[in-house]
Amino acid sequence: MSAPELPLSAPLNVGFDYTRSVGPVLGRFVNALRERRVEGVRGSDGRVHVPPLEYDPVTAEALSEFVPVASEGEIVSWSWIAEPLDGQPLSRPFAWALVKLDGADTSILHAVDAGSPSGIHTGQRVRIRWAEETVGHIRDIAYFVPADGSDTEPTEAPPPVAKREDGAPVSVVITPIHLKYEHSASPEESRYLRGLAEGKLIGQRCPSCEKVYIPPRGACPTDGVPTTDEVELPDTGIVTTFCIVNVPFLGQKIKPPYVAAYILLDGADIAFLHLVLGCDAADVRMGMRVRAAWKPRDEWWTSLENIGHFAPTGEPDAPYESFAHHL
Amino acid sequence: MPDVAVVGFAQAPNVRSTPGTTNGVEMLVPIFAEVFERTGLSKEDIGFWCSGSSDYLAGRAFSFIAAVDAIGAFPPIHESHVEMDAAWALYEAWLKIRMGEVETALVYGFGKSSAGQLRRVLALQMDPYVVAPLWPDSVSVAGIQARLGLEAGLWSEKDLAEVAARSRADAASNPAAQFSGTAEVADLLDAPYFADPLRAHDIAPVTDGAAVLVLASAERAADLVDSPAMITGIEHRVDSPSLGVRDLTRSPSTAAAGRALDLDGVELAELHAPFTHQELILRDALGLGEQVRINPSGGVLTGNPMFSAGLARIGEAASRILDGSARKTLAHATSGPVLQQNLVATLEVLS
Repeated sequence: MSAPELPLSAPLNVGFDYTRSVGPVLGRFVNALRERRVEGVRGSDGRVHVPPLEYDPVTAEALSEFVPVASEGEIVSWSWIAEPLDGQPLSRPFAWALVKLDGADTSILHAVDAGSPSGIHTGQRVRIRWAEETVGHIRDIAYFVPADGSDTEPTEAPPPVAKREDGAPVSVVITPIHLKYEHSASPEESRYLRGLAEGKLIGQRCPSCEKVYIPPRGACPTDGVPTTDEVELPDTGIVTTFCIVNVPFLGQKIKPPYVAAYILLDGADIAFLHLVLGCDAADVRMGMRVRAAWKPRDEWWTSLENIGHFAPTGEPDAPYESFAHHL
Repeated sequence: MPDVAVVGFAQAPNVRSTPGTTNGVEMLVPIFAEVFERTGLSKEDIGFWCSGSSDYLAGRAFSFIAAVDAIGAFPPIHESHVEMDAAWALYEAWLKIRMGEVETALVYGFGKSSAGQLRRVLALQMDPYVVAPLWPDSVSVAGIQARLGLEAGLWSEKDLAEVAARSRADAASNPAAQFSGTAEVADLLDAPYFADPLRAHDIAPVTDGAAVLVLASAERAADLVDSPAMITGIEHRVDSPSLGVRDLTRSPSTAAAGRALDLDGVELAELHAPFTHQELILRDALGLGEQVRINPSGGVLTGNPMFSAGLARIGEAASRILDGSARKTLAHATSGPVLQQNLVATLEVLS
């Protein structure tokens, strides 16, 4: 017997622009950064916090007394990153450090371009290396360099952006966030997807309640047990419910109006979403009999996209009572 | 108000990676079955379900919803979720029983840390304005914390290696541990730095895993198992999210949570310390003396399934009561960067 096939997996890359309004305290801070200045805020105990805190860490009172601080200071503690990760301020080995700027009482976390671990120590004087273009964002501080050293060549980092009306202060900061994953389908989903690549529709039956799920699930949502018994389903079924899409949207592949419908295959107990084409949208009905319109075989892969759409068969409609419990 | 006891605990093997999905169903279904068998309960007997997990770990929104399939949620159930370690889901479930709303609760946590790059993903739990946009990784930030203590003379690199060596040796008796074995402190100190001043042995391994724990009111618990583990105290506190404001060599929130409890007579403590130096910070914050056995399970340095590791600490501490090997134990869970949020519980034999 051959070893069981591993579940299907594929890279999943997600990204979005994290867009945030800054408010009065962080707004003041990032707008000062745009002018290559650093401002902290004084807390109830007299300490000057950099980066500024919106609320006092001791009393929780709102803070508003801004204090300019230097762009030079000393290292409080550090660690070394030999192989920088995506998005970090430097793409060559560097130190992460807590830096207490002159005039501040708390420290800011940032990167220090120190060459090697022997080029950095606690208490070392460092100064800000400003970004070539400042926009009103924490990354206007490109990184820190030893105070007595010369500027170093910046390395490429993802561009943060800030929105403002012409001449107006920055009120929104945007940080692009990108994460990479390896996404895995479950063993049951993998059987289903591999079946599609061969033109088969594979569902699975719950051993407890005997309902047939397509796509099969890791566990029966009613009984919580794995759905183990494989069932090959026909490519015919009915429309249980549907909507007519009239609204255009980004990434839309078909020109509206068209019908998105829940298709319940014959023998299945759960419907899935697909397209109904091949007739006027106005003629689609609940209970209408449909059959899969498969794409040419050389376009098949492990995807339900192998079925381009479902089309009416012309058979008599299924009576409402026969599918009412699947709505 | 009813007292609350732990009556069952199970965890999936702590492994470097699983081929399974990020919704944890494959890991959860078997361990749900395990606790049901041990307690004699079925899903129909559970009054409240609560879970801890993270969308960032899974790389998709509302990822915890798919895990509900593992429950078999029909008829509809009473369910909730926290986007942090499931120890805090346990706190919510504990409240439900204390308030008299339910008699039993099942708490679970799961995470597939291996799906993404864990130490980079965890950057996103930090301040989104001035910290997260720099992508400081969780290991580097812990390195900054470790150096503060090293240079202040609070601990030495040898102290840290001793924590690692003891954890590995203790993990030999824990079948769920990711790794175990004997290690000489001198050999550990010969290893290169991973993130100076941290070496690989100072850092909890990337781990996929899941855990489940069953709670019951004291009255109900007595009917379910021979020796329920009474939760005689549970407290949680939080420190400032601003890293530069905190004294990172201490854990005031752990200390405050511990002060609110009666820690006299604690025989063993399961501490959630993903870095060797953090165990020393936590021992100090809780005032645990030499007589208290620390992490007999090996702790998270030998397996750190994100979002269930804290719950598993409570499960391990409870298991020592359930199996009759201890009369009073302590469990600690953490969430957030460098011990930001901390939960402490005491568990005792039902008197």
